[in-house]
Amino acid sequence: MSAITPVSRGRRIASKAPWWGVVVLLAVLAVIWVYPFVWMVSASLKSSLEVFTAGLQIWPEDFAWENYSRAWTDANFGRYMINTVILTVSTVVIVVVRCALAGYVLGRFRFRGQKVIVGILVATLFVPTGYTIIPIVKLSMELNLLNSLTGMILALSGAANVSAILIYAGYFRQLPKELEEAATVDGAGFLRVFFQIMLPLSMPVTATVALLTFLATWNAFFLPLVFSFSDPDLRTLSVGMQAFVGENATDWSGMAAAGVISIVPIVALFLFLQRYFVEGIAGAVKS
Amino acid sequence: MARTIAPTPTAAPTELVPRKRRRGIDTRRQTLWIWVFLTPTIVLYGMYTLYPIVASYWYSLVEWNGFSSNQRFVGIQNYQAVLNDPAFWSSVKITLLFMLLVAPARILLSLLLAMVLNSDKLPLRNLFRTVYFLPVVTTTAIVGVVMQFVFDPASGPFTAFLRALGADVGIDFLGDSGTALVTAAAVYVWKFFGITMVYWLAALQTIPTELYEAARIDGAGSFGIFRYITLPLLMPFLLIITVLTVEDTFHAFDLMQTMTGGGPFFSTEIIEIYIYRWAFSASIPQLGFASAAAVLFGLFVMVVGALQAWALVVARRSRKDLS
Repeated sequence: MSAITPVSRGRRIASKAPWWGVVVLLAVLAVIWVYPFVWMVSASLKSSLEVFTAGLQIWPEDFAWENYSRAWTDANFGRYMINTVILTVSTVVIVVVRCALAGYVLGRFRFRGQKVIVGILVATLFVPTGYTIIPIVKLSMELNLLNSLTGMILALSGAANVSAILIYAGYFRQLPKELEEAATVDGAGFLRVFFQIMLPLSMPVTATVALLTFLATWNAFFLPLVFSFSDPDLRTLSVGMQAFVGENATDWSGMAAAGVISIVPIVALFLFLQRYFVEGIAGAVKS
Repeated sequence: MARTIAPTPTAAPTELVPRKRRRGIDTRRQTLWIWVFLTPTIVLYGMYTLYPIVASYWYSLVEWNGFSSNQRFVGIQNYQAVLNDPAFWSSVKITLLFMLLVAPARILLSLLLAMVLNSDKLPLRNLFRTVYFLPVVTTTAIVGVVMQFVFDPASGPFTAFLRALGADVGIDFLGDSGTALVTAAAVYVWKFFGITMVYWLAALQTIPTELYEAARIDGAGSFGIFRYITLPLLMPFLLIITVLTVEDTFHAFDLMQTMTGGGPFFSTEIIEIYIYRWAFSASIPQLGFASAAAVLFGLFVMVVGALQAWALVVARRSRKDLS
């Protein structure tokens, strides 16, 4: 392979030739794929009038940055951003901690009741939010958590996430036994084995679980919607967007700016940590 | 809980027994820690997933008009009302129709694309993978709202695009009950296509490249390789991916609610929106009635979930046979 003679190079180019046709097709598809986002960014920079008349024109005549300040301040998206960040970060921390703890003991030990717990978890793997939402609201109301971010955080940390536990359990199960045997001989207790040996070893899993939880929480809609009915100040970005359009149906550029504000953080995170996102999602079929 | 902590000689729930003498104490302490570790999950999962599942059954048997009003036991009346409601059956039909529209598209088209993107001869393949996956990470509820504007019949870019192609204009894709569901399905496929593509790419990576090389040396063509190597090896994955994708299509609330709200004229009202409408957006909430619909929906999803478990077992077995 290392010595490229003219003949083999020529053959290589020839063998690549049909691929360029495929590439063109894929590129057209890719343009269609990102077009809605390109349009959104473009609309967020146009004046309210230009949005309606521009047709397919992507580049704005004048950059109307004030759309962003209108979305951020007047439409309260600054507030929604803070809410979403608090909600997402707290939920990710709680989910990672509780799933790592549960996954560790379920994957590494045998104890009474273990099969029952695993069975219940697997049986409820796909419970839809539409099914559980009414009792969740009633319960949160009785605990005085309905109109609060805390209530949202707890509800989102308690729902689903079964797959995260199963990923942790699977990972901890395959670690060699000698790990904690050596530590136990040295006198390490249950907690120290977990926090000093097991948890650091599970960093790849933690990264995956944290990212997927981040994605799910940042994009969550049903639960935050229902939890913020009577208090608009509790809206997250996803809920705020719908409310914004409901109140200002004609402010297209403001809507687009609000959309860009809401989507940019999660897209940026994805572009930086793409590999973990993809591996986390692919994990569903690999296991 | 006390019972589980008590050290019974037969339980011996440990794999790590350093010294026989201390076994009793160690086991007891270990069991204690195990349950401490499980507590956050038991509490949170119990409160927000298990309790709601059980409570739904009770709520489905009461008349209950608002979260702060009283509940009155009415037996199976809610179920009778739900099952006699044509709108419920319409939402069941739409949920299934939606699934039939999007699942094959997601599964087969993404397989096609994944096979192309899996080839290491393809230039720019990482860029393409990123682009096709991008919609997956974006907030569904935001995309739904933006799509309302993209498909706007007067000034939306999609209309402008059709106009540029010289097509007759003015079709309200999301506002016409004849086209709304198909349009929503297309947006849904675009939005979640990347997930299935990543599933397929993971599946394709399990096929050793030596197999392809050996086949090529034996003189097999591209089609032969696909027919006799790729396809048989992908079959077990097809089962898993199908059930995962089908299960996924039942969770289209975010997109539908923000894009069409179930309209026009209930033409895109999937079951989740039906439940939401009676529980949260009706002037007098019918929480008992909505709970009955939710229980039926939960059973429906569970049946598909059971199918999933069965398919996984079958897939595992056939994968073992192959290796």
